Amino acid sequence: MDKETYREKVKRASPDSPLVKNCLWAFCVGGAICLIGEALFTLYARLGADEKTAPALVSVTLIAVTAALTGVGVFDRIAKHAGAGTMVPITGFANSVVSPAVEFATEGRVTGTAVRMFTIAGPVIVYGCSAASLYGLIYYCFLRG
Amino acid sequence: MKRLGKYTFTFESAPAILSGAGSVGKAEGEGPLAHEFDFINENDGVGASTWEKAEASLVRQAVTLAIDKARLTPAEIDVAFAGDLLNQCTASTFGFRELQIPLAGLFGACSTFALALFMAALFVDGGYAKHALAEASSHFCSAEKQFRMPLEYGGQRPQTAQRTVTGAGACIVGAKGTGPRIVRGCVGRITDMDVSDPANMGAAMAPAAAATIGEYLLDTKTVPEDYDLILTGDLGSVGAALMRDLLRSDYGCDPGAVHNDCGLMVFDAKKQDVHAGGSGCGCSAAVFSTKILRELSNGTLSRVLFAGTGALMSPLTTLQGESIPCICHAVELAGGERRL
Repeated sequence: MDKETYREKVKRASPDSPLVKNCLWAFCVGGAICLIGEALFTLYARLGADEKTAPALVSVTLIAVTAALTGVGVFDRIAKHAGAGTMVPITGFANSVVSPAVEFATEGRVTGTAVRMFTIAGPVIVYGCSAASLYGLIYYCFLRG
Repeated sequence: MKRLGKYTFTFESAPAILSGAGSVGKAEGEGPLAHEFDFINENDGVGASTWEKAEASLVRQAVTLAIDKARLTPAEIDVAFAGDLLNQCTASTFGFRELQIPLAGLFGACSTFALALFMAALFVDGGYAKHALAEASSHFCSAEKQFRMPLEYGGQRPQTAQRTVTGAGACIVGAKGTGPRIVRGCVGRITDMDVSDPANMGAAMAPAAAATIGEYLLDTKTVPEDYDLILTGDLGSVGAALMRDLLRSDYGCDPGAVHNDCGLMVFDAKKQDVHAGGSGCGCSAAVFSTKILRELSNGTLSRVLFAGTGALMSPLTTLQGESIPCICHAVELAGGERRL
């Protein structure tokens, strides 16, 4: 059998991920996280946080809760079903930092936890900062009023 | 020449497998083969502080029990062939550290156990060892850590992915004594059909399995129906179907009902969340050293072709966009006292 024919056979033999089910889970869990975010925002606002402080407090809370759930081994069980629902909000970012930190703790606090902490999130930071810098430059040169 | 056809080695003295032992983790102990395994560790950490140490403990459990069952001592083992999935054969090296058995580390990814059995039979048949040991192991957590994502990372695995078996299996091969016989074997060639998805290793390994099994049948002038069981290592559901397809189209034979796969036997695909099945060196090692060996010994099976498949990629080659080179080594077993 030649490689081309085999490639076709592999495609046919490999079951697809359940797209509709995954989308529904992602929509519901992602939506629920955003709802919790909104609720937290209202709560912090009522407690006296101003409009700039309240969103930051919401992010911090979601990050802290995710980190704790990752640490006790619950987050990945939720994410297995939720998929993009937990990955897209800030929870996914927090999990991608905490999970390697926990995993590689056996290789030492410096050479394990600290070195590996950004193996997954690192690219997001690198390209996120690069894009922000580029946008800043364009804004500075052309769009500044 | 102790050779048959193009690739097959004949072991004229038909070395016997004197004993076997399998040690597994929690998920495997909840699967359909739970009653077959010698040790089921309730905790995948096996009381060790790292996953690598846990896997080394599995190695020690399987090796020492196999030696005990053969009523031997470690000093009576002339040579051991052992391997695992971790860099520098970590689990095997550390597992054997205190045993003082002459050790040859092997790497054949998930095909390691079949290769170890082949090497053990070769050394015994050649008169270089009275007792040789074959062993292989893998651990879900240490494999995930090395090849994939951290355990606590929240991601979704595709349907073609397989779960690395937490387990180790060991067999003692001897020149004298009773037990199923290793009558022939064959070392595989690298086969690469341009599959580059590390989450679909069954598809990558199927052509290697088909090539080795197909050539073995040609060399020995046999057909699948001559065997009670043609057992592949860890093709899983996707790979098993593709292998049968390849054997039909390239070799004109269909293993059909006599084919089974350790990766399909070790977990309950419906109840346990394992997608395409089990994988890893420990998968075929633990299944072969317990269930298959027992059935060969008690006469349930009398002729078995065991073909272990391995995907020989590394995390580095995957990142470099390489396709997955695969291999399949085979040994033929004769149940009870039957010789060639």
